[in-house]
Amino acid sequence: MIRRFWVFIEQVECTAHPVSWELIGVARRLADQVRDEATSAGDTVVVEAVVVGKDVKAVAEEGLQYGADHVYVVEGEVFAHYRNQAYARALVMVVQKYKPEVFFIGATTLGRDLAGAVATSLGTGLTADCTRLEMGEVKEGAGKLLLATRPAFGGNVIATIVCRTHRPQMSSVRPRVFPMPEKVSKVKGDVSYEKIPIKEEEIGAKIVRLIQNEAGSAKIEYADVLVAGGRALGGPEGFNLLKDLADVLGGEVAATRPCVDAGWISVDHQVGQTGKTVRPKLYIAAGISGAIQHKVGMQDSDFILAINRDPHAPIFEVATLGIVGDLFEVIPALIQQVKDAREVQHA
Amino acid sequence: MFHALVAVKQVPDTTNIRIDPETGNLIRQGVPTILNPYDAHALAAAVEWKERLGGRITVLSMGPMSAISSVRECIELGADRGIIASARQFSGADTLATSYVLAEMIKRIHEKDPISVLLFGKQAIDGDTAQVGPGVSIRLGFPLITYAVKIHEINLKEKTLVAERKSEQYNEVIQVPLPCGITCEKEIASIPYASLPNLVHSLKYEPEVWTAEQPIAFPPDQIGIKGSPTTVFKTTQPELHTAGEVINTADTGVAPAVKTAIEKIEAAGILDMPEGCA
Ligand SMILES: Cc1cc2nc3c(=O)[nH]c(=O)nc-3n(C[C@H](O)[C@H](O)[C@H](O)COP(=O)(O)OP(=O)(O)OC[C@H]3O[C@@H](n4cnc5c(N)ncnc54)[C@H](O)[C@@H]3O)c2cc1C
Ligand SMILES: Nc1ncnc2c1ncn2[C@@H]1O[C@H](COP(=O)(O)O)[C@@H](O)[C@H]1O
Repeated sequence: MIRRFWVFIEQVECTAHPVSWELIGVARRLADQVRDEATSAGDTVVVEAVVVGKDVKAVAEEGLQYGADHVYVVEGEVFAHYRNQAYARALVMVVQKYKPEVFFIGATTLGRDLAGAVATSLGTGLTADCTRLEMGEVKEGAGKLLLATRPAFGGNVIATIVCRTHRPQMSSVRPRVFPMPEKVSKVKGDVSYEKIPIKEEEIGAKIVRLIQNEAGSAKIEYADVLVAGGRALGGPEGFNLLKDLADVLGGEVAATRPCVDAGWISVDHQVGQTGKTVRPKLYIAAGISGAIQHKVGMQDSDFILAINRDPHAPIFEVATLGIVGDLFEVIPALIQQVKDAREVQHA
Repeated sequence: MFHALVAVKQVPDTTNIRIDPETGNLIRQGVPTILNPYDAHALAAAVEWKERLGGRITVLSMGPMSAISSVRECIELGADRGIIASARQFSGADTLATSYVLAEMIKRIHEKDPISVLLFGKQAIDGDTAQVGPGVSIRLGFPLITYAVKIHEINLKEKTLVAERKSEQYNEVIQVPLPCGITCEKEIASIPYASLPNLVHSLKYEPEVWTAEQPIAFPPDQIGIKGSPTTVFKTTQPELHTAGEVINTADTGVAPAVKTAIEKIEAAGILDMPEGCA
């Protein structure tokens, strides 16, 4: 028997979403966790990926470089732009053909849209937004299952979910929760093409218009430095101050949900349970109280500098370093000191 | 005739959730339940379109009988008919079993009173899975638009709907044939004020209750815990992070506190701070 650990490679216009590679890294680690069990049963374990789109051979090959043993490609005009029905149908067909044991999909807008439809069609379980993934025994001697762990009830509880009898065991995973694997220099896997008979007429949805998101559309998940602000900023002008600091540090601006709800900044800047998960090298939290729904999205950052007037603010519980003080004094001082030092350096 | 069906869930207000520090269990007592906020916006969109096109709105909620209050809230906001799917056998359902029950019920409603649009919230705030809307739509074979921020047009004669959704790269304007499914972001519509007649009506309104036997006899192995492929293996509390050092500007002054911060960030080797920065 071949035990297949599968990853969906998400691409838009032949650019892969990096979460795809992060998931290949996870699949590789989990495949290793069942290697002994498989070997003694005479089974082999493989990490494979599937990509759907139009002219996506280059993306498939990139998948091999990130460590997939094999990539299945589904190509065609109907897949040129993502549509739920077309992509779901394609994935369901390849899954039914190869019967993977585990199947991961990135919890992006596209991935979440797709994963729910695919899992339902397959009649299998799906655990959304996992933050930890392991292969482990639930019952002694019964073989390892996917242990999918995720926050529930607004991050107040961490639940580990299993899918005992249905296959594949499916999970969606947010970008940046798991590290990016190294690219391998010598690719050993290969690519194959799957024929999926779907005609344009069978797909109900037609794309009328695509409006490119403004250049401002922030990719905060992949920034090394984030300067995040909360309600204390008092309005959109407050974010200009944070932008100045982000600029001198070469980072991006992020925000809590109330700022987004108030329209001070667009939603693609929101960090947290209903926003994005980030793990920058440096996260500066200015005027953020540190509600659990915010913390779950940023607490794995390498260095957290929190600035808050209230010494009892919960953000200090996760901060590497806290400054109790007024952000409108501290942030300008930070900007000034970094700038001054640059000038000294260039002098 | 326009007929919108809105699937609504009653959820614990997760902002107020507390955890028993001894057992790690959720303290449900005293935690208020609310209509899932995204579902309220989905309903608001239905109400807006009913105002333009006429027709009616049905709301459907699976959950304990306490969901009556959420359904009444929907009646207050402008829904015409409320159905609660409530039975012991439904409990413990994961998203697969939930979407099965909802889809079967919607099929039954659709046969007698054809549905134009199925609306869902983008996700329920207790689980945040965002799986039920796609699950129900695919079971019914309805095309689906997720994360919709705006409904541009509903054309009952041509049987089409045009809506806009936001993805990472694009705002996509998509046309689908009716009937279709939509999962809604908050921007889709703002919550209307309840009119006085609706308010009065909702107080006395008794939703229909559908059980596991009536009017649909559900196969026991497809619903509730038995029909759910996923189970919770264990629950734990979030790991406590250890707090780092805290400097108070009231003690040190602003500039020295900032200087210390920059030194520490540099020392952690995290940032290539400009040389001589500190
Ligand atoms: C289902 C659900 C999902 C949610 N999802 C998210 C999410 O994804 N992301 C998210 O962020 N939130 C989310 N929230 C909201 C969350 O619960 C909090 O309400 C929110 O994070 C608080 O934002 P804040 O820290 O900006 O504001 P506040 O809690 O108001 O905190 C402001 C802080 O600023 C400090 N302050 C004030 N003035 C100054 C000053 N001059 N200098 C320094 N400090 C100052 C105050 O002491 C205070 O601590 C969610 C809530 C729910 C119910
Ligand atoms: N028990 C339920 N009864 C009715 N509608 C539901 C139920 N559970 C989920 N939904 C609908 O599906 C959406 C997504 O829920 P979820 O997949 O749980 O995040 C919700 O916003 C509701 O519109």
